Amino acid sequence: MPHCGKGGAYGDTLREKTFARMLELAIVSLLNGVVYGLLLFMLSSGLTLIFSMMGVLNIAHAGIFMLGAYFSYQVGVYAGFWVAVFVAPLLCGLIGAAIERYGLSNVPNRKTHVPEILFTFGLLYVIEEIVVMLWGRNPISVEVPGALDFPLFTVFGMAYPAYKAFMMAVSVGIFVALYLALKRTRVGLIIQAALTHPQMVGALGHNVPAVYVLVFAIGCALAGLAGAIGGFTWLTAPTLAFTVGPIVFVIVVMGGLGSLTGAFLASMIIGIAQTAAVAIDYSLLDLFGSLGVSVAAGSPLYELATIKVAETAPVIPYLLLVLMLILRPRGLFGTRDT
Amino acid sequence: MSNGATPATAVPARLAGARFGWIRRHKFWLAAAVVLVILPYVPGLDSGYGRSLLTQMGITAVFALSFNLLLGQTGLLSFGHAVYFGLGAYGAIHFMRVINEGLPIPIVLVPLAGAAGGLLFGIIFGSVTTKKAGTIFALITIGVVELVYAATFLLHGVFGGEEGVSADRTFGPHLFGITLGPQIQVYYLVAFWAFVSAVLMYAFMRTPVGRMCNAVRDNPERAEFIGYNPQRVRFIVFSVAGMFAGLAGGLFAINYEIVSAESVGALRSASVLIAAYIGGIGHFIGPIIGAAVLVWLQVNLSDYTTAWLLYFGLFFMAVVLFAPGGLAGLIMMHAPLVRTRAFVKLLGAYLVTVPPAVVTLIGASLLVEMNYRLSTQPELGHELTLYWVEVDTATPWPWLTAIVLLVAGFYAFRRTWPYIGAAWNRAVEESQTQPSPAG
Repeated sequence: MPHCGKGGAYGDTLREKTFARMLELAIVSLLNGVVYGLLLFMLSSGLTLIFSMMGVLNIAHAGIFMLGAYFSYQVGVYAGFWVAVFVAPLLCGLIGAAIERYGLSNVPNRKTHVPEILFTFGLLYVIEEIVVMLWGRNPISVEVPGALDFPLFTVFGMAYPAYKAFMMAVSVGIFVALYLALKRTRVGLIIQAALTHPQMVGALGHNVPAVYVLVFAIGCALAGLAGAIGGFTWLTAPTLAFTVGPIVFVIVVMGGLGSLTGAFLASMIIGIAQTAAVAIDYSLLDLFGSLGVSVAAGSPLYELATIKVAETAPVIPYLLLVLMLILRPRGLFGTRDT
Repeated sequence: MSNGATPATAVPARLAGARFGWIRRHKFWLAAAVVLVILPYVPGLDSGYGRSLLTQMGITAVFALSFNLLLGQTGLLSFGHAVYFGLGAYGAIHFMRVINEGLPIPIVLVPLAGAAGGLLFGIIFGSVTTKKAGTIFALITIGVVELVYAATFLLHGVFGGEEGVSADRTFGPHLFGITLGPQIQVYYLVAFWAFVSAVLMYAFMRTPVGRMCNAVRDNPERAEFIGYNPQRVRFIVFSVAGMFAGLAGGLFAINYEIVSAESVGALRSASVLIAAYIGGIGHFIGPIIGAAVLVWLQVNLSDYTTAWLLYFGLFFMAVVLFAPGGLAGLIMMHAPLVRTRAFVKLLGAYLVTVPPAVVTLIGASLLVEMNYRLSTQPELGHELTLYWVEVDTATPWPWLTAIVLLVAGFYAFRRTWPYIGAAWNRAVEESQTQPSPAG
């Protein structure tokens, strides 16, 4: 009989098929999750750098990221993708230098960091409105560059595009370059010293304000690079900064203050968790159903139980944040206390 | 004590002085109460529009005062204070619905339900979020507000999804014949609760816990050495601030009769932050001023221009850079100078620098408005009316005029700015060498 099940040839194939499907789901989710996590890291690397080096929380970081995406689109229209990928981070770096030189350094009472945060907070809204002013409120379509628009390999019948591998490579490259630059070069050591002992470093002859400008510019350039390369993943619209921004802050908190490795790990966790959640189309009700428990439609738990896991995907980073705060407020690799 | 005064005459004199002394000590509060009572009858504000505006200002003032408990008094920068406002509002609107279905409690007590909701969630979230202070705390509040905002779309039964939850404020037991139908009744309700909240919050800051908030803000390590747990203090003030934010949310629910997801959102949190900071976080009255200014701007500015959020952001950044004490701080800075003769010269210096500043702002706003029209509303064409003048953005003239105004105005402003500096120094010097009045 074809469809009765416990034993026999047909039952085995069904089990095998389910297992194969779950394996496919797991591997595809893992791959996509890793790419997404690396993209998140690319985005938050600049913020971590600025935060750990200068103690300044740049709320406008996501705004610079959005500017990078828009600049790269605009330059790409005239000069192609590869020029845009080079020019957009440069422009963002220059803007970052200007923000630090003419804006942040003039903020009174820098020691408590509160006025600086408020300054960058206002800046975020101003950047978003400037983007609306120049490019309008509608999303713009960013095309994948022709050179990268081919499948690299196929997994379970799904083609894995080359530009995703490109994004992965750039992100890993950024991590390695930043780590080496900070821990192994003279400039990195000076930057680290200027954070904790600015007067001493200034007395030794280094130009501390220039160091701050440099660090801020590099952080913003990284955000711009993330925008130029990662622009295809999210919808490029003026709301991009507000959609993506909070996740970046969650990563910084989860990773721990001043830790690049922590940010990397936190990005991967959030990336994989969110991607895996989106693929699961079941809810608690289905789980209860498979266990033989049924929930009455009128009960207060019913509403909670019918939420599909895929619907909770946007909330996952914040749930993880609250979990982390309850279990380990210092973050994954926190080195500094506020 | 003089030998001439007999005990019989001394006692009544002391009693009489004590009575007037109470009035003298609380003169600001009594004056504020009087102002609140007569405001809706002031010509200009005695229309439905004016009273509605005053009601909104009252609600925002309570919200901003609760926010300042965190920022100004304890140094806690919260980007998600609207969570407690919104959750309190949701609690209040559900309570109103229960009253609509027959619960015999007058609607005027609904703000207490909002306060209870705000307190409950302040305690729940506060237990987790106040473990850290400073920058980490700010980041955590960003996460919490996004969490709650997203959750409101997941739980449709409680939060009503996109349409929100609504109720009727006139359908319930009417206390003393108050139906809350006309706007003036809603205004007096809001004014009453706002006054009570302000008094309570002011009193809270005078309690030992309130004083410890200031200590934790200024030097948490030292507070720890004395024996107080800064985390405990932060948790307490966070819960209290949540309670008053919930009360403001309850007033919001009564006024608008509908609550939706934007009440817990990041934009509302941002607006209360801007309101409190613009008003001045260092003074108790600052958030009230800021709330009034912000509501007035929000209601009026969006009628004239689509670029109001940009102007808000720039204004906020200017306050952070140049006037960190806010409007209240600016006023207080001028207070000791009013009595000096150099003050007149200072006013004169202001009069000289204001025109170039205005010219610069006009030039900048022309550019902004023209760009906004072209980018966001191209279907309306390329002709628009700016400052009562018809301009055609397809021609170069408006653009050139705007740029000229911007550059020339800025240059003139930079040239006249030293006048203010000099006049200010003269005024300060004179106020310090002047013999101070008795007392």
